[in-house]
Amino acid sequence: MIKINLPVSEADIRKLKMGDEVSLNGVMLTGRDSAHTWLLNDKPEEVRELLKGSVIYHCGPVVKKVGDEWHFVAAGPTTSIREEPYQGPVIKEYGIRGVMGKGGMGEKTLKALGENGAVYFHAVGGAATLQAQAVKKVHGVLKLEEFGVPEALWIIEVEDFQAVVTMDSHGNSLHKEIKAASDKVANELIGI
Amino acid sequence: MSFKLDVDRFRDAVTELIRKAATQLPADVTQAMETARDNEEKGRPAKSVLDYMLKNADAAKDNSTPICQDTGTLIFFVTIPEGVSLRKIESAVTEAARLATKKSYLRPNAVDSVTGKNSGDNTGIMAPYFHYDEWDESTIKVELMLKGGGCENVSDQYKLPDGRLKAGRDLDGVYKCIIDAINKAQGLGCAPGVAGIGIGGDRASGMVVAKKQLFRKLNDTNSDPELAKLESRLYTDLNKLGIGPMGFGGLTTVLGVKVGAAHRLPASFFVSLAYSCWADRRCSMHFTESEVSYD
Repeated sequence: MIKINLPVSEADIRKLKMGDEVSLNGVMLTGRDSAHTWLLNDKPEEVRELLKGSVIYHCGPVVKKVGDEWHFVAAGPTTSIREEPYQGPVIKEYGIRGVMGKGGMGEKTLKALGENGAVYFHAVGGAATLQAQAVKKVHGVLKLEEFGVPEALWIIEVEDFQAVVTMDSHGNSLHKEIKAASDKVANELIGI
Repeated sequence: MSFKLDVDRFRDAVTELIRKAATQLPADVTQAMETARDNEEKGRPAKSVLDYMLKNADAAKDNSTPICQDTGTLIFFVTIPEGVSLRKIESAVTEAARLATKKSYLRPNAVDSVTGKNSGDNTGIMAPYFHYDEWDESTIKVELMLKGGGCENVSDQYKLPDGRLKAGRDLDGVYKCIIDAINKAQGLGCAPGVAGIGIGGDRASGMVVAKKQLFRKLNDTNSDPELAKLESRLYTDLNKLGIGPMGFGGLTTVLGVKVGAAHRLPASFFVSLAYSCWADRRCSMHFTESEVSYD
């Protein structure tokens, strides 16, 4: 298990290889469909500092408000491929070093990871309670009213958030490898 | 004698049903996951990922928090004794969904498709979603499925014949469609999942048949020998794909395959796949005038 403290440098991120198991620590931002459109179209200034060298986590959490404080109740990853059209430009614009979600992403993002020095962290899907326990503090939330709870951008501090690097900054993608192998088996079974 | 429905008591019982479904992995699914974990090779991500999933399910049960933050679409299959008011059932269940959201058992998951606004309480047009049936028992049975979005997005529908797959209008054609669909899904539906399959019907009823299969226990056997054979063939072959838990590679791609059929038009032959993620959240409730039980 490799420990990563956020924000992280480009040099440290480039050391990570496909298949590495990591533990993430520090402040990151959640963001999914509405967030990516907003980040690209409106280029909000208030997120620049937060995203620089950090991770954008594809997650729409279940939250609870106790007094004035928000708490994460369930916080697993959502499907990342929906952000494929936006992810590369968002990485470049904000200097993001990690994208976290599930299912992996496509060629455009893989290329952007290489060009900008970033990786894709795969979190375990459906393991939301354990992942919420790794969220130690919610520092704030952006666009809650407009986007709703799942789509808002939550500023969270995590401790020992576990994930696997499935796409690295050297052009490797575990998703591509598994798909190529399973395509071969599927075609044999189907007889095409 | 007609069933006297105590609406408040029913609403509270359904709220508990939602809590159980969202926070407790069914026993048969847990068992299948444990077997899968034990079968996977030591030192591979597949084994540690399955272990992480099981630990999460334990923690969710202990803390009464959702197994997955995507608490899904609320799909209710309600079976009533003669004479019970569907409007009363529907309004009590809808109220239960609101309460369950307030208690954070559910994420607000109903978005207005026109304005993009989240209703905030899991209610809206066709949300929750109901199927009704009637029976001779003096019990209201409510079966609830929390159908996650990731696995719903990789669910699929084919139309036979299919030229690309060289799939004809027979059970072998059905087999080819499902191999293709699960291979396309890779880890995206949070493998290892359960394949609910509907053969025939129209585009809507075929999918209902597929969804209904997901209520079956993983270790049951299909009463139709032809379909039982297809289930077992698909289960074996889908696990040869090597996709594995979360698509990281491994021996376990599906935990179960369940097939049902409906009559079809001579002109149509649909194959519908309702794929469920490993967090296969379902729970049923039997509600009588004096008692309530869950399974």
